[in-house]
Amino acid sequence: MARSVSTRRKLFFTVAAWSVALLIFFPVLWTILTSFKTEASAVASPPELLGADWTLQNYSDVWARSDYPRFFMNSVIISIGSTLLGLLIAIPAAWSMAFVPGNKTKDLLMWMLSTKMMPAAAVLIPMYLIFQKTGLFDTRTGLVLALMLMNLPVIIWMLYTYFKEIPGEILEAARMDGASLKNEVLYILTPMAIPGIASTMLLNIILAWNEAFWTITLTTVNAAPLSAFIASFSAPQGLFYAKLSAASTMAIAPILIMGWFGQKQLVRGLTFGAVK
Amino acid sequence: MNMTLRALLGATALLTLAGLASAETTITVATVNNGDMVRMQGLMDDFYAKNPDIKVEWVTLEENVLRQNVTTDIATGGGQYDVMTIGTYEVPIWGKQGWLASLNDLPADYDAADILPAIAGGLTVDGNLLAAPFYGESSMVMYRKDLMEAAGLTMPDAPTWADIEAAAKAMTNRDAEINGICLRGKAGWGENMAFLTAMSNSFGARWFDENWVAQFDQPEWKATLDFYLNLMTNYGPAGASNNGFNENLTLFQQGKCGMWIDATVAASFVTGKDSTVADKVGFALAPDNGLGKRGNWLWAWSLAIPKSSQKQEAAKAFINWATNKDYLALVASKEGWANVPPGTRTSLYANPEYAKVPFAKMTLDSINSADPTKPTVKPVPYVGVQFVAIPEFAGMATSVGELFSAALAGQKTADEALAEAQTLVADEMTSAGYTK
Amino acid sequence: MATQSSRATARLMVAPSVILLFIWMIVPLAMTIWFSVRIYRLLSPERSGWAGVRNYTWFFNSPDFWMAINNTLLLVGGVLAITIILGVLIALLIDQPVWGQGPLRILVISPFFIMPPVAAMIWKNLFMHPQNGLFAAVSRAFGTEPILFLQNYPMSSIVFITAWEWLPFATLILLTALQSLSSEQLEAAEMDGASALSRFRYITLPHMTRAITVVILIQTIFLLGIFGEIFTTTQGGPGSASTTLPYMIYKQALIAKDIGRAAAGGIIAVILANIVAFFLMRSMGKHLDA
Repeated sequence: MARSVSTRRKLFFTVAAWSVALLIFFPVLWTILTSFKTEASAVASPPELLGADWTLQNYSDVWARSDYPRFFMNSVIISIGSTLLGLLIAIPAAWSMAFVPGNKTKDLLMWMLSTKMMPAAAVLIPMYLIFQKTGLFDTRTGLVLALMLMNLPVIIWMLYTYFKEIPGEILEAARMDGASLKNEVLYILTPMAIPGIASTMLLNIILAWNEAFWTITLTTVNAAPLSAFIASFSAPQGLFYAKLSAASTMAIAPILIMGWFGQKQLVRGLTFGAVK
Repeated sequence: MNMTLRALLGATALLTLAGLASAETTITVATVNNGDMVRMQGLMDDFYAKNPDIKVEWVTLEENVLRQNVTTDIATGGGQYDVMTIGTYEVPIWGKQGWLASLNDLPADYDAADILPAIAGGLTVDGNLLAAPFYGESSMVMYRKDLMEAAGLTMPDAPTWADIEAAAKAMTNRDAEINGICLRGKAGWGENMAFLTAMSNSFGARWFDENWVAQFDQPEWKATLDFYLNLMTNYGPAGASNNGFNENLTLFQQGKCGMWIDATVAASFVTGKDSTVADKVGFALAPDNGLGKRGNWLWAWSLAIPKSSQKQEAAKAFINWATNKDYLALVASKEGWANVPPGTRTSLYANPEYAKVPFAKMTLDSINSADPTKPTVKPVPYVGVQFVAIPEFAGMATSVGELFSAALAGQKTADEALAEAQTLVADEMTSAGYTK
Repeated sequence: MATQSSRATARLMVAPSVILLFIWMIVPLAMTIWFSVRIYRLLSPERSGWAGVRNYTWFFNSPDFWMAINNTLLLVGGVLAITIILGVLIALLIDQPVWGQGPLRILVISPFFIMPPVAAMIWKNLFMHPQNGLFAAVSRAFGTEPILFLQNYPMSSIVFITAWEWLPFATLILLTALQSLSSEQLEAAEMDGASALSRFRYITLPHMTRAITVVILIQTIFLLGIFGEIFTTTQGGPGSASTTLPYMIYKQALIAKDIGRAAAGGIIAVILANIVAFFLMRSMGKHLDA
């Protein structure tokens, strides 16, 4: 294969992939740009780009108006806490379902997913009462538990899928060599499962970070995360798109940065997995 | 209980004496993210200077979310909030359930007699003031003086609907992207139905007769809806079925509306810094049809204390500070008179400084011309101008609002929308036990 | 294959998840069933009592009900179709060796980082708005009337917005699956002269089947419950043109404050979701084990 052909090919795919990526990313970019405009400029028609009034005012307004660090910390604790706790419970479950499947495994998986079928609004009052009576209302513990349980089926499903990709022969070989169950999980499965676990973790942190019904309904002050912060900037009287965009940018920036590093980890894990 | 209290007091006194800790009470205040409330949060230093032993935690949310959270809390006795921001619709309903603490015993300097009678009336149940108004609003006509002048018209201070239609027709210029009139079209009891219910009052319509029988099959509602649809189809902006307060505000500020009939609080926005037409706006009373009622509403965002709150005294201290005359003076000294929360106190409108604000007089006249206890031409069994103060109203009116919004979008005729509204409301009223 | 003891261990490992999820499911479900046969209006506590099946019949008799079921299926089907097809194509594309792979992937998954209510608000106000949106500006630049997306095409607009939000989820899972595909196999096929299309058809696609199945099942469950995007963009309108079953329930619970009806709606939704899931499992369940 001539090198020039592969370079041309790479160039073609680079251009194509970047075009698609930018198209998908454009609304996010537009939001970030809007966050640096004045309110009047944000709704100007036709939309302003070069001639827009650029300002940092929105950020200082948003910062002055609410206790961002507190909302931020709550989001971090709740999303990471619920994901880690979820992984802790889900990894053994997914492992056993993937490698020691019974004839009921698929039904069990489906049942787990079915716990998510109740529309949120229908259980508003039941949940509210449960959280009040157990003293979990407006606590981080309460939200960590709630989001963990909400996402647990998804975590188990994703892990199950990834574990299924791991060839059974390797396990057989390890067993032949007399590896104990613990060692099997720890030294053989886990390294091979890292990419799957990493991508599960990333997706679930995002799902928890973005949850915007229960996190607002079940909190007031102490445990309120960034979703509540956003709700204090959306749709007030008067223009708000620029400030909302600034608040949104502040809410997505941490997770975007985390995703960036997570992605590197992910890619490394994936290439490791591909060597097998 | 008493013993515990005394023991606690004793302990507190000891601690204070020892200088170890102060007896700080933390109250949780739930509020909407409207401009006036946000401004208040920036002025808290004054409150803390006067009440060093009270700390305020804010829960600031947009209107819909706030309403969901506080209603759920109060109806289940959650007790999460010590002060709630609620509107004129909630106060009589919650008051009837005995969920709100009386504010009759606020300190003398609160001067409850100074509250505008129309506003106070809507917040009082059985002689008890259950919520202290933070700002009050009615609705009025905001129009472009320059466009009216160019069209050779003048807007009367008290226009009729015919005047409005003529003005809308004259100002509409589709090529220049100017719509003669912008009105709410977005479905919701607090969106298009607030406007349409108030408008229907001036057409002699009503939601119910004295026996709670729905009235959407009556000619007055037909006249209201036909007039509204005609105005909006011919002179309104495209896509109006999605326009609520904020969408119309943006359009008006951009100079795309000749007229806009909406909340009086909008006046400070359309004449404010984000507006491209700030110096060209005139104000007039909401229109009428010569039947004795105008199409304007009455609303007050107010602070109330749920009975489930354990910190009644601190909550009262906060409400007294936030809705007192001194607070108005404080805002005026920091941000100017135009930014004072409007529509709550007689003394504010007697103030010569405030009279210089361009929309002051029209706001007061609008508020005074609304009467929640006698909102309609024909007698009704309910209280409320742009709403009916019964718990079932929000759900019903939102559904009716969807029908009218569909009519505006051209998906239903006015007759279909009204017929469906009649069936829907009549069914709801029967299932709720008002009618057989 | 598995021994008796490893089966016992396996059960022990699944137990915590099952027990926790069971409690998490059964307590609210029991309360919901209870409320669904009661008269329970949040703002009229004095009017309580048995409702029998009236809360259920209210839904079936509502003129919006069948439209709502239809819209719910349309939303799920539409979003699934878009996200799976585009997800496969994008996953194939960004799996190719390209310059700047890291940043590229971040851009592709970026919509997933935006909170759903914000995403809906951005699309509604900054893009689809008939006067100030970017699309309207583009239309005017071409001299045509702006399209009234939310008024004339409410369901399609909501499907579009939701698909944009969920596309990264599908892409990421499909991409991960794609990367475990052995390159030797593909190269061998290439040597044998198989065309790119047939390589995709006979090697890549079968390899992704399980991932596609998982994406379909997980997304279906999430999409069946969506109401926030609808509330933000169209309020289910105009009329009830974009009302879905969860949105009907949302209106009963949070606007009308009729907890009894909302509960009945919830039970109906759970039953319908189970029916959908049953058919999905019947038709695709075999792809889960391989």
